[in-house]
Amino acid sequence: MATLHTVNKSPFEKSSLDSCLAYVKDGSSVLMYEDAIYGAIKGTAYADKVAAKGNVNFFVLGADLKARGVSEDKVTDGIEIVDYAKFVALAAENDNVQAWV
Amino acid sequence: MKFAIQVNEGPYQHQAADSAYQFTKAVLEAGHEIMRIFFYHDGVNNGTNLTTPPQDDRNIVNRWSELGKQYDLDMVVCVAAAQRRGIVDEGEMQRNGKDAQNIADGFRISGLGQLIEAGIQSERLVVFGD
Repeated sequence: MATLHTVNKSPFEKSSLDSCLAYVKDGSSVLMYEDAIYGAIKGTAYADKVAAKGNVNFFVLGADLKARGVSEDKVTDGIEIVDYAKFVALAAENDNVQAWV
Repeated sequence: MKFAIQVNEGPYQHQAADSAYQFTKAVLEAGHEIMRIFFYHDGVNNGTNLTTPPQDDRNIVNRWSELGKQYDLDMVVCVAAAQRRGIVDEGEMQRNGKDAQNIADGFRISGLGQLIEAGIQSERLVVFGD
């Protein structure tokens, strides 16, 4: 059963992304949005944590990158940049949605 | 597909009230159904008509009311959370002896059962908040 996990806080401020990564199963997806986009930036400890989860799909919300002045080329390889329409599609495609609020 | 939305954060706090709105709009634009939006905890502050943000800022409350009107959305404010935070409709005004009401257009005050029902009757419950 695939789950869409949503994370909205920076991993450098709160532990919700770490909690999420400890629970996420292969074949599930993680969407980072709002301040959680900071977890999707290259060259950080979280780039390695994302790379270590090879069978999990990672997404980051493009609008929230832009709102924070983070250009798309700074996003860790393997994380797909999505819009709200794709956020909705991910929620529909997965069996359920778990918000790590 | 039938979606339900839960909003736990007030307007102009962090970003959850904005994210919830953008997501709800995208759900509707994709042709899915929003069976209910439940405003809980500080999220009840999305439903007060006393907010007056600067004219060059987004009006989060009016934006909900307009979307609610356009799509005939069921926007429910949790009664216990509302009582604590001073969100009042006609019924609550009379019941609690208040001299005013401030529920915004398109919102209604009801109980937590509405959230449970939304969880059961929808196919996806998506939560926004702190």
